[in-house]
Amino acid sequence: MSGTFVGMPAFPTAARAALGDTQLRRNLAHATHTIRDKRARVVAEVEDWEELRLAGAGVKEAALRDLATHLETLEAALTRAGATVHWARDAEEACAIVAAIAKRHGADEVVKVKSMATQEIGLNEALEAVGIAAWETDLAELIVQLGEDLPSHILVPAIHRNRAEVREIFRRRMGAVGRPAPDDLTDEPAVLAGAAREHLREKFLRAKVGVSGANFAVADTGTLVVVESEGNGRMCLTLPEVLVSVVGIEKVVATWSDLDPMLRLLPRSSTGERMNPYTSTWSGVTPGDGPQEVHVVLLDNGRTRALADDVGRQALRCIRCSACLNVCPVYERVGGHAYGSVYPGPIGAILNPLLRGVSDEQTASLPYASSLCGACFEVCPVRIDIPSVLVDQRAAVVDAHRGDRIPRRGSHWQEAVAMRAAAWTFSDARRLGWAERASGLAGRVLGRFSRTTLPGGRAAAGRLPGPGAAWTGARDLPAPPPESFREWWDRTDGGRS
Amino acid sequence: MTSTPGGGARDEVLGRVRSALSGVSPAVEVPPAPRAAARDDLVDLFTERVEDYRAVVTATTRADLADVVARAVGAATVVVPAGLDLDIPGAVVDDGLTAAELDAIDCVVTRAAVGIAETGTIVLDHGPGQGRRIITLVPDRHVCIVDAAQVVADVPDAIELLDPARPLTWVSGPSATSDIELDRVEGVHGPRTLHVVLVAD
Ligand code: SF4
Repeated sequence: MSGTFVGMPAFPTAARAALGDTQLRRNLAHATHTIRDKRARVVAEVEDWEELRLAGAGVKEAALRDLATHLETLEAALTRAGATVHWARDAEEACAIVAAIAKRHGADEVVKVKSMATQEIGLNEALEAVGIAAWETDLAELIVQLGEDLPSHILVPAIHRNRAEVREIFRRRMGAVGRPAPDDLTDEPAVLAGAAREHLREKFLRAKVGVSGANFAVADTGTLVVVESEGNGRMCLTLPEVLVSVVGIEKVVATWSDLDPMLRLLPRSSTGERMNPYTSTWSGVTPGDGPQEVHVVLLDNGRTRALADDVGRQALRCIRCSACLNVCPVYERVGGHAYGSVYPGPIGAILNPLLRGVSDEQTASLPYASSLCGACFEVCPVRIDIPSVLVDQRAAVVDAHRGDRIPRRGSHWQEAVAMRAAAWTFSDARRLGWAERASGLAGRVLGRFSRTTLPGGRAAAGRLPGPGAAWTGARDLPAPPPESFREWWDRTDGGRS
Repeated sequence: MTSTPGGGARDEVLGRVRSALSGVSPAVEVPPAPRAAARDDLVDLFTERVEDYRAVVTATTRADLADVVARAVGAATVVVPAGLDLDIPGAVVDDGLTAAELDAIDCVVTRAAVGIAETGTIVLDHGPGQGRRIITLVPDRHVCIVDAAQVVADVPDAIELLDPARPLTWVSGPSATSDIELDRVEGVHGPRTLHVVLVAD
């Protein structure tokens, strides 16, 4: 598996299902708005934020442009520090390396720190297939894993679950895999977090093998960095005898001092904090402290494909902060699952096609999951010009499918083009107005707005006018909000005021 | 075991990287990260920012340090690293305690390597007086002694001082999660209480 949720429908179809789910939309709107506001507050504190972004983009871009040199430096530094370096061309190879290490130690379970790379390669499933249980220890990941669910947000993967749902999942599922939830479990977040602490502690204390990713890998010192909040990361990095870190080759920065702009940019952009509760750094093995056997798996899995793309290369600068998700009007409405990948939102819409190519229908639809409003670029701490890459990837989709037979109804790119038009129209109330007038449908459309109601009681636009009509032919869409995203953005200066 | 296939993978991945970048100039101008203007109220800022994370900060003098720490520990069972250089009655000195043994201890007292004012962060480099990473992780309460002279302005100042060859733990407030409806909850797996004792004289 290469990071697509198996059997996921293309974005427009999945988006339609998500749009009909009122609970999901309500949870999402609450979450994205809350993080967005927090981010805006702590970013406004930094006087030279724009210069800091330029520095961060520069550090990552420089590392990418000379990646082979830095990877060799990293490998040498890690080896000197007592770590064993492995290389993996693809997901399968990376999973096999981790499984072999765990097997060699006779482990039938590993504890895991939340890591996008291990999700991307489907490590948990691969380990399960050879009889090794992989326990997710991040609270949100635990909720997702126990709920047999899929993550929907990079930073808060259970963003689509509310407290009552989390309580139900804990009560029903914890007992089957370890210490059960206490009988008097309430839906207070503090009580739920306490139950997770008890449930996971026994796993931490007995675990032989820990698995992590890394937020950064410093080439000249052989240092890996994990940024986290709960302390589950520290547990996994410190308690087991053996530590395996799966690190995408794009995580490299050249020097120790390059960590400076990155460690200032990431927490403020991500959780909206001046600094996240815990950051761990380690360089290989420290005698007498922590794991005495340390492995690092350097992972390609499509990254060199993205690296070869002159426009798309910048997507590899991504530090997975998720700021672009939280400001995206499309993500806010459809949530993470509709993207069908561990990388949702604006970054997912470019990263998935760059890593995998656009030959499959699901991935080919992603570059259209955007209104090109540009908010993602504005917040991106490493200045990835997501709109430009989206446009370029749309061209790639068209190129890749030029030889296809002339559009059948429902073929992905026909639908994708309609989705693009729908997103474009929808992103701006004024534009919607023009479209209505231009097509002479205004009266009928407005009439439908008042007649159609979605399950949550929210008015629905039954049918889009103009170029979006094909997309709404069989779909309900929520009515445009009284204030469009762009208007909100302009009025509040991107949420700063 | 991965040496043979790993060797092939290594060469192939590096080969792909080189061919992806053929014709791409490696020269990129990296603008320097900006530094905020110097300020002389670093210790106040540090205190305010640490408290912002709902950690407890107690300011004291070298003369009163032992008393203040004893009060912060209270009746709890306590572990200390070798080289703490402070007498804490009843404290167990870590000599390689297991995780299970540490799990039965309430509190740990350590020193720190650096304090960062702007972000309210303490950094441990796990040298003498700070101990192995595990001792500041498993007990539920961490009392951390920071010398006012150790407080620097911002992240770049800390990066310059810290030694990357050592394992480092950056701590900004107690363990926390916002994973359930974005409600911040202090205390998941790391110490649920962080008590910073700030020494100045
Ligand atoms: S693309 Fe930029 S804003 Fe989006 S997750 Fe990556 S670094 Fe963050």
